[in-house]
Amino acid sequence: MHISEGILSAPVLITGAALAAAGISVGLKKMDSDKIPEVAVLSSVFFVASLIHVPIGPSSVHLIINGINGLLLGWLCFPSILVALTLQAILFQFGGITVLGVNTLNMALPGVICYYLFGRLVNRETRLVSLAAAFSCGFFAVLFSGILVALSLLFTEESFISAVTLILLAHLPVMIIEGVITLFCVAFLKRVKPEVFGGIYGKGS
Amino acid sequence: MIEERFAAGDSFVHGLDPRVKIIVAIIFSVVVAVSSNFSALLPALVVAVILILLAKLPMGKVFYRLLFVNGLILFLWFMLPFTFQGDTLFTIGPLVGTKEGVLYASQITVKSNTILLAMIALLATIPISTLGHAMRQLYVPDKVVHLFLFTYRYIHVIFQEYQRLINAMRIRGFIPKTNIHTYKSYAYLVGILLVRSYDRAERIHKAMLCRGFTGRYYTLSRFSVRTGDLVYLTVMLVAILGLVMLQWRVTI
Repeated sequence: MHISEGILSAPVLITGAALAAAGISVGLKKMDSDKIPEVAVLSSVFFVASLIHVPIGPSSVHLIINGINGLLLGWLCFPSILVALTLQAILFQFGGITVLGVNTLNMALPGVICYYLFGRLVNRETRLVSLAAAFSCGFFAVLFSGILVALSLLFTEESFISAVTLILLAHLPVMIIEGVITLFCVAFLKRVKPEVFGGIYGKGS
Repeated sequence: MIEERFAAGDSFVHGLDPRVKIIVAIIFSVVVAVSSNFSALLPALVVAVILILLAKLPMGKVFYRLLFVNGLILFLWFMLPFTFQGDTLFTIGPLVGTKEGVLYASQITVKSNTILLAMIALLATIPISTLGHAMRQLYVPDKVVHLFLFTYRYIHVIFQEYQRLINAMRIRGFIPKTNIHTYKSYAYLVGILLVRSYDRAERIHKAMLCRGFTGRYYTLSRFSVRTGDLVYLTVMLVAILGLVMLQWRVTI
């Protein structure tokens, strides 16, 4: 989902950076200093998850889990994803400084949206509702990210349209996988450590 | 796997003040990212290559990194020449490649690689812990810096944990395939990583409180701007100014 350096136009880069900065400052305001170790540990899980490759047919995709991240962190997923992406840029040169804003926005905003859309439903007692919400959370987080990536590219240059279509199509299986992974992961967490939902992280105030 | 491949070294670039390198890296990347003129982009690429040579990095590893990141660029090369409107340059069967499309794809390639090289030369040569402290001195909010340093610290711990778990799964005969069982196993893997992380975070926080953590992070490293740093900064700023003038055709 990373957009590399050198592709996007200045207006897109600036808009992305400005919106990301707004999201980050909301996240920072909601993040007490003594929550930093906890958010950091989640950011590292997010970072490590992106190194986990799951097979799909003859190929493989890496996990994104921005849905789970948003579900657990709410607005705090903005600073969390910011630092994870910064580390990826410095350690692996995926993404970079000028696209950091756009990439953070593209990954974190869907997380926050899914937190508001599905956060409550995931906490429902009814198992079916909760699991369906978890699947949607993973599915839509990737879908929204894909759409934001598509918009970033299209606002830069309309001729990207066929490339964008291909990227979105390629992400369709990823959405399903992320949905399934999020579903099982949420089911697992609800059984093993239910207090992680809607607790200290999500509310964030 | 997670290592700071380019951070160690004793070249001139490694010895520079990290704050100077961060500032130069940001200004340089931004200028290159918004440039579109080849008469500015090609000199910028030359500057980036010089920066890499000055840092005396293992060329094989740098090349490998470039190769990796150029995947998306290659993908654009298959699309852009055919979707861009413009003068016909070549035809493959029914596909018409335009001159404008090829130029645009080349422009992206040069920009991307230039920024990448500069980032490797300037940012990847700073150890992460130093980078954190340098960011703080450059007025990055304290909370972000703390989060950054903590996250970096835990990446290693959690990656080790992940490797331990995946080894345990393999020993029990887990072979990843395209099926629900595989996805379920990976989901539980992520789940258990999260659960253990929560517990760990709680222990860490308590341990820090015991040691009197009040939300401030102290550092022993002091940065000092030396003559070499000033010279470097000046040369780079002049070079970047030159690029800006080339891009927007400003003449003195």
